[in-house]
Formats: sequence, C-alpha cells, structure tokens
Amino acid sequence: MGALNQLVIGASIGAVLLLAALGLTFTFGQMGVINMAHGEFIMAGAYTAYVLQPLAGGQAVLAALPVAFVVAGLLGLVLERVLIRRFYGRPLDTLLLTFGVSLILQQLARDIFGAPNVQVRAPGWLTGGVDLGGLRIPYNRIFILVLAVGCVVGISWYLARLKQGRRMRAVMQNRQLAAVSGVATERVDQLTFFVGSGLAGLAGVALTLIGPVGPTLGSAYIVDAFLVVVAGGLGQLRGAVIAAFTLGVLNSFVEFWTANGASFAKVVVFAVVIGFLQVRPQGMFVLRSRALS
Amino acid sequence: MLEVGGLHVSYGRAQVLFGVDLSAPSGSLVCLMGRNGVGKTTLLKAVTGVLAPRSGTVRFDGRDVTRMRTHERVRRGLGYVPQGHETFPQLTVAENLQVAREAAPGARRSATDDALDLFPALGALMKRRAGFLSGGQQQQLAIARALVTEPRMLLLDEPTEGIQPSIVQQIEEAIGRLHASGLTILLVEQYLDLALRLADRFVILDAGEVVRSGDAEQLRDESVRALLAV
Ligand SMILES: Nc1ncnc2c1ncn2[C@@H]1O[C@H](COP(=O)(O)OP(=O)(O)O)[C@@H](O)[C@H]1O
Ligand SMILES: [Mg+2]
Repeated sequence: MGALNQLVIGASIGAVLLLAALGLTFTFGQMGVINMAHGEFIMAGAYTAYVLQPLAGGQAVLAALPVAFVVAGLLGLVLERVLIRRFYGRPLDTLLLTFGVSLILQQLARDIFGAPNVQVRAPGWLTGGVDLGGLRIPYNRIFILVLAVGCVVGISWYLARLKQGRRMRAVMQNRQLAAVSGVATERVDQLTFFVGSGLAGLAGVALTLIGPVGPTLGSAYIVDAFLVVVAGGLGQLRGAVIAAFTLGVLNSFVEFWTANGASFAKVVVFAVVIGFLQVRPQGMFVLRSRALS
Repeated sequence: MLEVGGLHVSYGRAQVLFGVDLSAPSGSLVCLMGRNGVGKTTLLKAVTGVLAPRSGTVRFDGRDVTRMRTHERVRRGLGYVPQGHETFPQLTVAENLQVAREAAPGARRSATDDALDLFPALGALMKRRAGFLSGGQQQQLAIARALVTEPRMLLLDEPTEGIQPSIVQQIEEAIGRLHASGLTILLVEQYLDLALRLADRFVILDAGEVVRSGDAEQLRDESVRALLAV
C-alpha cells in the first residue's frame, strides 16, 4: 500500500518536473542556451493565473493556460531578442546574464505583487479526488498529469507534423544548411524561444494548484528542470519524459524511507543523476546517425 | 547571372581570397578549379552570404546582393550544395526536401517530382532518415534539396568528392541534364576529365587569386594542367 501510494506521489512530482523541463528541451536542448530565467517564466505564468483571478474567478486556472503561455512566451522572446542572441555560442556569459535577469524578474515580482506568497483558488471541480481502494488521488494532481501528457503529445505533433516544427528541427540539426536551404534561421530561433518560454508559463499555472505563488516559485524548480533535460539527453522529448518520472518516483521513495525527507531526497537524486552522467555523459538518448557517429 | 568583383574574404586575421573576379553568364556551366585549400569553398560561401566579404561585390541576376542575407539570396533563386554531402541527418529524405521547398515561397509542388526524376533512387528512400543513407545517396539528396527551391542558378561544391563511382556517373549525368535544361551552374570540381566533359568555361584559383580563366577548350593546355597538379 505504502509503495503504491509513493508511486502515485512520485508520478505527480514527475509530472510537475516534466512541465517545468519541457520548455527547456527547446531552449536548452535544441538551442543550447542555458537560460537561468526560465524559472522566472514559470513564476510569471503562476502570477498570470493570480492576476486573472478577479476576472475569471474560480476558473482562473483554465483561463490562465493560454494567457500564461503567451505572457511567458513574450518574455522569452524579448529576452532572446535583447540579450541572448548576442551571446550565442558563449554559454558561460549566457548563464551569468540570465541569472542576473532572473534576479531582476524576482525583484520585479516583489515590487508588483509584494513579497508574501499569494494564493490562486483552484476551480471547484478540481477539489476532492478519486478513491482507489483506500488510496486517494487528488483531482488537481490528475489535472497536472493530464496537462503534462497533453503538452508532450502537443509538442510531438508540432515537431513532427507542422511546417514550423520541421523547420525548427532542421535548424537545430544543421543551422548553416538550413540557411542555404532558404530558411530564415533567426526567425526560427525566435519561435523556438517563444514556444519554450511559453511552456514554462503553463508549468507556472499548474504549480498554482499545488502550492502558493511567490517571487521565488520558479527558482525552486530550475535546477531540477535542467537535471531532467540533461539526464534525458539534450533535446530528446522521450528522454525528458522518462527522466522526469524516474526522478519524481525516486524523490518520493527516498523521502518516504528516510527520516528527514525532502533535503535528503534532493541529495540522493543529485547523486544518482551525477552517477548516471558518469556512465552516460550524453544522457539517456542521443541524436544518432551515420553523419555523427 | 552571377558577377563577382574584387572579392576579398578573410577568416579573422587570415585572408583567404585576394580580389577574386568571376562571372557566370546565364545558362553557362562554369567550372571552378584549383588545388585543395586555395579558397574555392570560401568563394562559394561568400557568394551565398554564409561568409561576409571584407570588400568586393556579388551581383546576382542584375542585383547587388553583397549585403543580402543568405536565405533571401536562396529565395531569389540561388541554389547551393555545400561540400561534403550535407543533410539534416535526423529528418527523413522526404522531410529534407520538404523543409527546403516550404522555405521557398514560389516553388511548385512538382519541383519535388522533377528532382526525383533526376535521382530516381531517392524515391524508394523517402521515409529513411538522411543520416543513415550512404554518402552517394546523401549527395543526391543534397542536390535534390537545392533543386526543389527551383533555383535559377546552382552552386555545386565538389559534388563527386568521396562518392562511390557508380553514383558519380549518375551525378555527372544529372548535372549535364540540368545544364542542358538552361540552368546556370557554378561547379567546383577537382577531376579534370569531368570538368572537360561538362564545362563551358573554367576559372582556376591559386592562393586566393584567379590565375587562369577561359573557354573549356583551353583546359586541355599543358600549362593549365600544371596549375592543377598536386
Ligand atoms: N573556418 C575557417 N577558419 C579559418 N581558416 C579557414 C576556414 N575554412 C577554411 N580556411 C582556410 O582557408 C583556406 C581556403 O579554404 P577553402 O576555401 O576550404 O579551400 P578549397 O575549398 O579550395 O579547398 C585554407 O587555407 C583553409 O585552411
Ligand atoms: Mg573546398
């Protein structure tokens, strides 16, 4: 019973991790940009739901999903245009710069919304949960899981079937060849950043369902999100999915088995990822082809 | 169709091209030759805008394109097949062609059929990932990829280099057919025999400068051969 319970909790932690990391599979995985402000895009998504609350009332979470996607996406687009594009190929500079941006955005949130946490009310239909033979799964956790799965399906479809997705993959695989094939690569970079940042906004909305919203909401997830992308293999959606759920379940079990849970679980998860990367530095999945091998 | 004037190109401090002039009249096939490392690839990259020249001009189709961005030159009809049979390795053959065609606003759907007519072998490989093709198949795909944008001029950088002989022959035939159909072609080629069979005109580079140019007939000259010997 206990194990099953932890498995469910783990899956729900995994879904949150996955949502936080999905956007990074675009900006970090595909473009190689270490954007430390990604966490603040998550935070911006969460505050979007809070801002919409007076208008949309109990349905703020639903209404916020598309709005947060656009808000966070635009923030990402501005960041890419104004700063990041000047530092392509210089990961360390990008890391420091975007870290600075993340601090500025946190302070901005404090100035606008105040330092104390705020709360977004969940819609009525998300209170309660299902009982599975003594095991209770809250609806809001199921909603997050469904949202994460929906995002993964949507992204796969976008990358495989849409003109824009195909173009994005082409640019990431061979930028120069894409340019000489007539692709406007800068436009593709902008779109990639918009979509990746927009996904962070969705993650932020989801997070309002499981906790309060504060200026540092995103920074709590940023490291784990990067871990998921690195462990999964850069830019590999399938790898990110497996890594997120593995880390989620691992987290929940370690927390369950040890006395002072949370922080120890973090240490164990870190150790496991670092150990794993010693054995497989390229992550779970890699781009494989004759051209690269 | 293409006129290059006084082109100087460098990589950082290392200058590679020193005032290169070259012209390819409409419908001609010009063969650009010279030993390894003399700057042939660099010249093509400057023509397509992958590299920005330090000075000089590139005119394409009566228009100064020296400062125009690469993808815009391609959309105006400048097709380019880089050296080394490059593809998008994780995309299928069909997707490789699709990406290029979708990027060219005016290109007809039937352009893909025409390209596949030229390289029928690709037809059976449409669902395969390009990274898993042989070098020769990748080169055919690379040329087809440039053709689906319906270019008015094609730049080919050593399309037969390191390719199995059976496919070299197919590629040579394809280039001949494209030339016969009126396409202007600038071909970088190391094999003198192949150049003699295909070219109308030739240009020989040495150490970043044009040292000889003329009609294909003059390629038979001994002194010209000396410039190409390793
Ligand atoms: N990316 C680069 N950076 C610095 N030097 C380069 C680069 N690419 C080529 N070169 C140099 O420029 C010269 C011309 O190269 P290239 O145009 O490739 O010659 P070719 O195509 O005629 O063999 C060579 O000396 C080469 O070493
Ligand atoms: Mg070369």
